Amino acid sequence: MRNLKYLFILLAGSFLTLIHGCRKDEDINPSTPTEVDDGKEVEEGDIVGFFLLNEGNMGSNKASIDYFDYETGIYHRNIYAERNPGVVKELGDVGNDLQIYRDKLYAVINCSNLVEVMNVETLQHITQISIPNCRYIAFKDDHAYVTSYAGEVGLDPNARLGYVARIDLNTMTVKDTCVVGYQPEELVVAGDKLYVANSGGYRFPDYDNTVSVIDLNTFEEKKKIEVAVNLHRLQLDNYGNLWVSSRGDYYGSESKTFVIDTNTDAVTDTLHLVPNENMTLCGDSLYIYSAEWNWYLGINTISYAIINTSTKKVVTRSFIKDGTESEIVLPYGIAVNPESGEFFVTDATDYVTPGRLHCYGRDGIRKWSVTTGDIPAHFAFTRTKLKPLDE
Amino acid sequence: MAGVMKIQGTPVYIAPHDQLKFQHYFDSVVQLDAVTVTAKRFDNSVIPAQMLSGQELQKLSVHSVADAVRYFSGVQIKDYGGIGGLKTVNIRSMGSHHVGVFYDGIQIGNAQNGVVDLGRFSLDNMEAISLYNGQKSTIFQSAKDFASAGSVYLQTKVPVLEADKKNNIRATVKGGSFATINPLFLWEHRINKNISSSASAEFLYTSGKYKFNYSKKDGYDTTEVRKNGDVRLFRAEAGLFGNVKGGDWKAKVYFYNSERGYPGASVREEPGKFRHQDRQWDDNFFAQASFRKKISPSYSILINGKYAYDYLHYLSDPRLDVTTMYINNHYRQQEVYFSSANLFILFDWWTANISGDMQWNKLNADLTDFAYPQRITALGAFATSVNLPWISLQGSILFTHVTDKTQRLTAAAGDKNEWTPSVITSFKPFRSHELYLRAFYKRIFRMPTLNDNYYTFIGNINLDPEFTNQYNIGLAYKKIIPEGWFRNLDVQLDFYYNEVENKIVAMPTSNQFRWTMINLGFVEIRGMDFSATANMRYGMFDMFARLSYTYQKAQDFTDSSSEFYGGQIPYVPWHSGSLILGADYKDWSLNYSFIYTGERYESVANIPENHAQPWYTHDMAISKLLRVRTYTLRFTAEINNIFNQQYEVVKCYPMPGTNFKFIVTFEL
Repeated sequence: MRNLKYLFILLAGSFLTLIHGCRKDEDINPSTPTEVDDGKEVEEGDIVGFFLLNEGNMGSNKASIDYFDYETGIYHRNIYAERNPGVVKELGDVGNDLQIYRDKLYAVINCSNLVEVMNVETLQHITQISIPNCRYIAFKDDHAYVTSYAGEVGLDPNARLGYVARIDLNTMTVKDTCVVGYQPEELVVAGDKLYVANSGGYRFPDYDNTVSVIDLNTFEEKKKIEVAVNLHRLQLDNYGNLWVSSRGDYYGSESKTFVIDTNTDAVTDTLHLVPNENMTLCGDSLYIYSAEWNWYLGINTISYAIINTSTKKVVTRSFIKDGTESEIVLPYGIAVNPESGEFFVTDATDYVTPGRLHCYGRDGIRKWSVTTGDIPAHFAFTRTKLKPLDE
Repeated sequence: MAGVMKIQGTPVYIAPHDQLKFQHYFDSVVQLDAVTVTAKRFDNSVIPAQMLSGQELQKLSVHSVADAVRYFSGVQIKDYGGIGGLKTVNIRSMGSHHVGVFYDGIQIGNAQNGVVDLGRFSLDNMEAISLYNGQKSTIFQSAKDFASAGSVYLQTKVPVLEADKKNNIRATVKGGSFATINPLFLWEHRINKNISSSASAEFLYTSGKYKFNYSKKDGYDTTEVRKNGDVRLFRAEAGLFGNVKGGDWKAKVYFYNSERGYPGASVREEPGKFRHQDRQWDDNFFAQASFRKKISPSYSILINGKYAYDYLHYLSDPRLDVTTMYINNHYRQQEVYFSSANLFILFDWWTANISGDMQWNKLNADLTDFAYPQRITALGAFATSVNLPWISLQGSILFTHVTDKTQRLTAAAGDKNEWTPSVITSFKPFRSHELYLRAFYKRIFRMPTLNDNYYTFIGNINLDPEFTNQYNIGLAYKKIIPEGWFRNLDVQLDFYYNEVENKIVAMPTSNQFRWTMINLGFVEIRGMDFSATANMRYGMFDMFARLSYTYQKAQDFTDSSSEFYGGQIPYVPWHSGSLILGADYKDWSLNYSFIYTGERYESVANIPENHAQPWYTHDMAISKLLRVRTYTLRFTAEINNIFNQQYEVVKCYPMPGTNFKFIVTFEL
């Protein structure tokens, strides 16, 4: 067995050869285009496309932006990184809100503690606004308003009120803050008032149950309206009514929908049988979905509804009409194109793999589906065409 | 080295089959003298097994058990970076919950989350670290030894006192990068002819600060400093070791106290603006004892007992880090364990064992609406072994009964009763060659942890156990060459197919605040493990080489409608391997080691966005022994990650670049 030593040398040699997979300079991940329909002609001033913000799971730094171009019918996945190679660690960790205001696109990046400000025409980074634990954004005149969980800590670190930051859009800096309830979520401007849904999500089982009303002239909280536990979404309709969602407490109290009259700031309606995880308005139609965990079946029970905001009645309990809703594991985002009436539902599936985006015609028949980033969630329709990367 | 026993410095070779026999009779029958306890009866011919001995560990520039286990084939370590970061081991891609970790023969439990952090175990006091696929091939063991899909055995040093010595003293100071200082002390003492004692203590502080770099081609390039990764720990252990006629006993107390920061995921943020400040404090205490005795030529008994108390305090304080949620939780776990194993030698070639174990666990936590679960686990194992010169066969069956109780009004999880078998065989085709063909099948499960079942909000009492099925075929070959420079070779090659059924995974429910645990998941693993060790001697040079290579295809077949059905599971590389080269010359010792982890994906979605680059590190250590009259001094210098590779094992958790360590050891 004199050959043993050679065998060993051979083994060691082949091992080193096998390990040929070496590190390379890491490339910036390019976007992935997918043609989803034939495209159409778009008139000047019409909606030309939309941005979709993918949240990315917490701690994974995988927030990303996708773009759909109506003219070409091409869906571009993950376009932020290649357009901003100099931004350290790309878009960031957990994208929580996306809005277009004037010529800029604003992305609230929750766990990166900042609002990313981009040129809506190029998606290029302009600046970032530092706000700890920021959640949602709204605009009026020359100001942006951002909710934050991170208010001042008092004697009891568990009883920590959140605030709304007021950003001067000329200087892109936080000029003022207004303390609201616990863990404030969505916010909506109605005239001279700003409504903020307080969740108290960090304080289980002592959830908050109020909507804060801020006077935008003085930027002070005028009032708290008691609604229900664990409030999340707000939607203003065309009749001055504010639609409010309660997540419930996941035990006895179920998710519900409420209506506040913004003239009287009083709760006028409670829709007990309309669980509400997310909603969006188009004309007088309020599209709502909810997903509730069913212990017996071991799956999420998903429900859909459209409410007519003038009658406050449920019009339908299913807006996807072709049965394809069965392919949705976990609805996570919803949007309606106000011009065409076509609507979009995203599917976050298992949170740790790319989700899906489904496009439906006004008739509820699915037109196309596409793979998105991880946890697709927030839409912003744009009337400014996004310049291609090479221009 | 496997197959080589060192008794008082003289290498004695014992054929594997004889070793096997020794294992069936228990160690003390043939090893009555404490001096010979250092002899390694290590056998890897029947079941795939790998070992690193104390001497090898001393030469490797590694800090913790987790660092050492990386050199075994078939193993992945999840490492969150730094000395204080969590390090868990995953054997053959079945998941870290399926790995049993045994400390001096008794399992280290963590009923709360089911995973043992191997980064916490110091190598300084270690006699050997062994890793077994399936189970240890000896049958004279507790029922718990049959109850994991794979096991890591940590064997601490047993006092070895030469005839004229009453005391051994060893003092060590280690220090180096990241402001690390680590003094250790060991005292071994002979009380009388049959009883000796050992006491050791260790302190460690490290700032955990290190620079790391992220860069993209034609893009950003940033260097930051890892912060809030400091660790302060204190460990103390004391043991008594005794011999009785036809047997021995040992008793041990262990205490560990630590405080550490969580450096957190490295994600986009404004540099220096917000600081991670969350911290964790741990106290771990256990007392354990074991006793074994040959009662009659045909009957032997082994008794083990243990009490453990674990305390964990986690604090995330918004007064220190405005971005964070206030969390201030205290967890207290207790475990009581008792086991009896009974070996019957029916014939010289046929043995049988019956073991019975009982375990009680309790978890308290100051979480809202907490269930305060208690769990009683009863295990019974029956095993038998037939050993003939050319074939050995082992079969075992394990029965497990689990009952939970809670203080919550909603019921506890239902009782579980499971029967799980294993079959092991080894065949020696040639009389004159130490070549063994081997195969095993094993089915075993892991219980849902108390967190899986009862964690407020997330826990699900309807969970079923998570099962694994393992099929393995392989070979082991050993060769000793008395002449020439190439002294011996030990090769193992195994092919396996594993399944994980009813995999327990976290599932998002209505929104990001609300997850639950469900049995959803099916994984198939096809793999190959290869390892080879060789010893060479050339003049005054003693050389040692160890090579391992692993191929694994571990696919998620949970949901056939998913776009990512069949994807490689997160963080499992297709190719990985390691190489150790050591050389001794007189009082000098040089050691080089290399670890390679091939490309892999951070998610079952195997797309470019989730692609992780290969990483590989080169480490080197040199040491010099000085003998001065009655004592010795050893000086060691280590350089790790020589080429300063900037890499991550887990996404967003950067690992340290080049770092240094210096060690001075005084022995009396």
